[in-house]
Amino acid sequence: MYAQMIKSTGKGIKSLDEMDPEERAFQERINAGGKIEPKDWMPDGYRKNLIRQIGQHAHSEIVGQLPEGNWITRAPTLERKAILLAKVQDEAGHGLYLYCAAETLGVTRDQMTRDLLSGKMKYSSIFNYPTLTWADMGAVGWLVDGAAIMNQVPLQRTSYGPYARAMVRICKEESFHQRQGFDIMMKMAKGTEAQRKMAQDALNRFWFPALMMFGPSDKDSVHSAQSMAWKIKMNTNDELRQKFVDETVPQAEYLGLTIPDETLKFNGETGHYDFAEPDWEEFFQVLKGNGPCNTERLAARNKAWDEGRWVREGLLAHAEKKRSRQMAAE
Amino acid sequence: MSSPESSEYKGTEAAPHGKARSTEWPLWEIFIRGQHGLSHRHVGSLHAADAEMAIKNARDVYTRRNEGVSIWAVEASAIAASSPEEKGALYEPANDKVYRHPTFFDIPDEVGAM
Repeated sequence: MYAQMIKSTGKGIKSLDEMDPEERAFQERINAGGKIEPKDWMPDGYRKNLIRQIGQHAHSEIVGQLPEGNWITRAPTLERKAILLAKVQDEAGHGLYLYCAAETLGVTRDQMTRDLLSGKMKYSSIFNYPTLTWADMGAVGWLVDGAAIMNQVPLQRTSYGPYARAMVRICKEESFHQRQGFDIMMKMAKGTEAQRKMAQDALNRFWFPALMMFGPSDKDSVHSAQSMAWKIKMNTNDELRQKFVDETVPQAEYLGLTIPDETLKFNGETGHYDFAEPDWEEFFQVLKGNGPCNTERLAARNKAWDEGRWVREGLLAHAEKKRSRQMAAE
Repeated sequence: MSSPESSEYKGTEAAPHGKARSTEWPLWEIFIRGQHGLSHRHVGSLHAADAEMAIKNARDVYTRRNEGVSIWAVEASAIAASSPEEKGALYEPANDKVYRHPTFFDIPDEVGAM
């Protein structure tokens, strides 16, 4: 998902009886559906995992602005441009809600930024794919935001209070994102033959990368159990992927577009669609930094940070000067 | 700079970092009053160089969809907060005073709504 491949620091799950009283009280509170707040006692592993997960999620929102920002100046109409601007601005907001949640765990914003810029912290693999045509704006909203919603809705119930509250805000706004994407797809799919082809091409390119957003298959996802016990992960990767496929296939049918998977078939016995797994080798390569746009994305973030430095320092100096003048006048 | 919400983290990963940290803008806690006459409510935090910028940023981050009609920005370091360890001493005195709740009193049905 937006936080793929979070490596747990725990050494397998302890039973309640193996825990010391503090940890046991903590786990029992989570089991009972209680919330953990920043100043409450928490195991080190819980804190570390959350910093990584929320940080990775925040970075994904920020880097996620780049593939869409790419089309702001070339949106086909003024209305589409205004909508896309609002959407990209929302992504910035989502990043900020999440950074602020992560900061309550004691990590600083600068530290997280530094770790993103150096490549130490990751962001979602999906944003390392290029947006080649206007139809990609439709596919990203429809599929990428659609996949994000699958993961974020259950996270509103996550055990960490500030994270859950950030998710509530994000989910309220995310639905706009998916609908504006589907709206673009509808226009394109029902437009001229050239437009329909562009829409199909966008779906072809984004389908498997969207499936990868949910992370590796459960059988290869060794760190999930602890995260699920802590309720910082609410569903398994495969559960969410299946749910996404089940909801998306009829939408593609409505658009008259073909999902690029010849094995895709409704299974009457399970009541779900059977589908092909994405190419996991490609997924791991993209995570490692070898996707089509990894270098470009990190370069863009580093450039923004370096070139914005004089602004950050200048405004801070100005604020300090103002404050000292005010104090002198008093 | 940390929020009154923040907890201390002693892990190596997030150890304080001298130079980078000295340029980080202060943290502000943001409170917003919604449309319907309710009190200002804490919505989150953000970084800004001064109060004016904190309010402008709060407008952009927390009221993109008319969520508020008034913004308070408070520098996080200026907030005094109770700590979870005090929970017992602070709130226990209220525990044995159930008569403070109206439901403590049984009013006969024939009296009607009260």
